[in-house]
This record gives sequence, C-alpha cells and structure tokens, in this order.
Amino acid sequence: MIKTDNLFNQLYSKKVMEHFKNPKNMGEIKDADGVATVGNPICGDVMKFYIKVGKKGGSEIISDVKFQTLGCGAAIATSSMITTLVKGQPLEKAEKVTKQVIAEALGGLPPVKMHCSVLADEGLKKAIKNYRQRNRKT
Amino acid sequence: MKKVYLDYAATTQVDIKVFMAMKPYFLQKFGNPSEPHFLGQQARRVVEEVRFKIADFLGAGSDEVIFTGCATESINLAHKGLVESLNSESKVKPHIITSSVEHKAVLETCRHLKNSVKAEVTYLPVDEFGRVKAEDVLNAIRPDTCLVSIMYVNNEVGTIQPIKEIGAIIKKANKDRLNSGLSRIFFHTDATQAIGHLDCNVDYLGVDLLSLTGHKFYAPKGVGVLYVRNETPMQRQQDGGGQEFGIRAGTENVPYIAGLGKAFELLKKRKEVTSRIEILQKKLITGVLKIPNTRLVGHPKERVPHIASFIIEGAEGESVVLYLSDKGIIASSGSACTSGIAGPSHVLTAMGVAPELSHGSVRFSIGKDTKEEDIDYLLKVLPDVVTKLRRMAPR
Repeated sequence: MIKTDNLFNQLYSKKVMEHFKNPKNMGEIKDADGVATVGNPICGDVMKFYIKVGKKGGSEIISDVKFQTLGCGAAIATSSMITTLVKGQPLEKAEKVTKQVIAEALGGLPPVKMHCSVLADEGLKKAIKNYRQRNRKT
Repeated sequence: MKKVYLDYAATTQVDIKVFMAMKPYFLQKFGNPSEPHFLGQQARRVVEEVRFKIADFLGAGSDEVIFTGCATESINLAHKGLVESLNSESKVKPHIITSSVEHKAVLETCRHLKNSVKAEVTYLPVDEFGRVKAEDVLNAIRPDTCLVSIMYVNNEVGTIQPIKEIGAIIKKANKDRLNSGLSRIFFHTDATQAIGHLDCNVDYLGVDLLSLTGHKFYAPKGVGVLYVRNETPMQRQQDGGGQEFGIRAGTENVPYIAGLGKAFELLKKRKEVTSRIEILQKKLITGVLKIPNTRLVGHPKERVPHIASFIIEGAEGESVVLYLSDKGIIASSGSACTSGIAGPSHVLTAMGVAPELSHGSVRFSIGKDTKEEDIDYLLKVLPDVVTKLRRMAPR
C-alpha cells in the first residue's frame, strides 16, 4: 500500500503542509497602502504582498496583509506563514522577520527550499518599503 | 482514501506472480550459484534460465546478458567500461556522442568521463518534441568517435527516439571506417522506459549495448541488465570474483533475478496491455487538454503509450502534484522544486520550453493496472486543483 500522505512528509513538515493546503491571508487588498512583487526566475516562484497600515499606541502596524503566490509548496507555505507572523505587528518588527524565523515557525524546511522563504521575507520588506515611499511623496 | 497511481514511469509495484517466483530463492533455494553442491546448482539453474529468457527477448546470445543492480549501473558500466577499455588499447582519447535529453545516469557518467580526461563528449540538440535527428548523429561522427549513446524513450516526456535509424547510420559508418582503417563505433541505448511497450530486439535496433531495469515492468527495484554485444571491449567497473563473464563481480542476486525472469515472461502479454493503455492515454490527454492553457509536451505521434506530460500554465508543478496527492492521485513533476535541484528540467529546456512554463510541468504515467475510472477520477479532480492554484497566483 502506498500512503500518499506519507510521501511528502519526508519533504515537508506537517506545518508546511497545513499552510500549503489551507493558506492564510491569501488574496489581494484592493486599496493597499503598500504592494510589492518579488520573483525568482531560477525556481520560477513569484510572490505578491499587499499591506494595510494602521496606528496602534503611536506606532505604525500592519493592520492587514495578503499574498498571492505562484510557486511550489514551500513558496506558498512561507507566504502564508509570514502573513500570520506579521499581522498586527509594528512595521519595524515585521521588517525583522528573517527566512530562519519563517522556516522555524514552519517546523523547518528542506535545505533546497530555503531560497523560497528568502523570497517571502524580501517580499514583505519590499511592500513596507513601498508604503514608506508612497508616504514620503504625500 | 481513494488511491490512483499514475506514476508508473517512476516505478511499478511488484507483480504478485513475480513475487511468488522470487520467494523460494529467499527461503529455501538460497544457495550461492558459484558453489558446486546441489543448493548452489539450484540457484545457478534459475540464474541461467533467466539469462536465456532475457537473451531470447532481446534477440541476443545468453553470453551477452549481464545482470546488474539497476539501469544506472548498467549505463555506468557500458560507458565507463567501453571507454576505459579503449583507453588502455590506444592513446587516442575516445569521443562520445549523446543527446541533451538523456537521463542523469548517462549525462553524469559522460561528465565524469570528460572531467577525468578519459573521453570527449558531444551533446546533440533535440527538436521541440524532444527528438534527436538521426542525421545530426551522422554529422557529429569524428574519426575518434567510439560511442553513440541515445535513449530509446525519454522518461520525462515519452518521446521515442529514432534508434533503428541511428543504428543503421552507425552500421553504414562502421563499414566505411573499416575501409579507412578507423576503429568502429559502438551504439548504446538506455531502454529503461521502452522495455514494456516497444520492440527491443538488439539486431532490429542495431545496438551493441542496451541498459534496462526491472522495476519499470513489475519486477523489484535493485535488478537490471546490460546487454553487451560480443566483441565489445568492456573493462569491468566492479572488481572481485569472476561472476557475469568477468564483467561484473559480486554474488548474483538470485531471488531478484528469478523475479526479473518472471517479469519478462509476463511481457509476452504486453501487446494486450499496450493497446489498453493506448486507449487510456488518449482519454487522459483529451481530458487534460480541456483545461484552458494546458499543452501536451513530447512528440504527438512518436510517443510511448504510458507517458503523458503536460505544461499547465499558471500552476507550479510541485504544487499540482501535492494537491493531487492530497486527493489520492499519485503523479510526478519535472519542475525544479520536486527534483531537488535548482533550475528547470534539462529536457524541457533542451526542447526550447521557457523556464516560466517548464515550472508548470506535470507527468502522468499509466500501467497495466490503471482503470478507466482512475482516469475519470483524475479528470474530475485536476481542473479544481488547477483553478485553486491559479486563483492563488498573482495576476
């Protein structure tokens, strides 16, 4: 008997599979305050992040965040995971989320997949940067 | 959960008849075939009977059939064994002609031979269908060419290579070379994906070396064959005892060889299986292509009946495979992310498929136990999976 569930557990942790099967915060924010697309032509992954920025106790926080991703299981799971890590967090804290943090939160990633999670942290940082650039102009 | 296996090109289950044929050689008839006592001779008998059976299947002499551990080993032995044997005979560095869509076993062996300064290698291009042109082989032949190695069937896309045509070209070239005092060219084919469905008669194909493995046609993993035409120079790669005509040392894997023999015996019914699989493949291809922005890769006609590969635009291959797996469907993808290496599939790249498209490659391969309901189930599940992933992707 072939247990399909076990086939990929060697490749991905349970947590990765959870986020892959039921991604959190997937979609777009039409009136987003910051948007960024990052892509890795080698792997073929493309990620787009949308953020909504609000105020809480004097600091700017990510009040909403969504993603769209074309990519492998790790690309989708890391996109989903980073949104759950940064939602409601101050921008300064959100910017500090590294690929290691995302990987740890997912219960580890196969080494070959680590470049996918580099994308998710890059993507979010770029969306925050985009928000700041927009605000400077106004 | 429902289970639909559509990855027969990766490996197959062991047929129960194969399993039963193996069993006594684990438990009772476990003797070493090199021993003269009756238990050893029992084992020797089955090894030689199977060798004879395979020789018959290939249209070869039984002294031309070498048992190995897998197709990769056969391929390594064929290439390295020939080149090293020629290295020891002459100072000319041998030249190998192969294709850019070979299995890693061939490509990496050639790379090894090049890096260790034992041979030079030319990689032939393929057309958009993944096919080598026979005249390209002719044009690539040099005075120092010693080996042409072209796979019979491509494992990723199922395209059949013009082996018989290339075999005829080499035969003619060898006649001319004999007259001008040049050494002859040997021809190897990796028949791993062909054995279950295509004519593998070595004289029909005009090959001197042929590699195959058992686990693609219902024998266990861990047993392969290298056919070596008589008078092909061959330096053994595994040193030790004198087994396998001194070409491959090591105690014969008797139970697996017994199983391999049964699997070959079962291939006698393959015409029946092949025509059934052809019908299923048609249904599968027609059904998958109904999903917008999908295309079949590989040759439209010169293809094996058991492999169908597609590009699904806007959905990454590994994600498709994982979502299908969640629904009990087992398929495979040539996308970079599943194969554990960075970069798109070398086969699709050689066929001119752009990297952003080759990431959406999915392969379905069918086998003797695939049922029409299995294809129906796939065609019911796949469109939803593709829609879900496309919705997830940025526009």
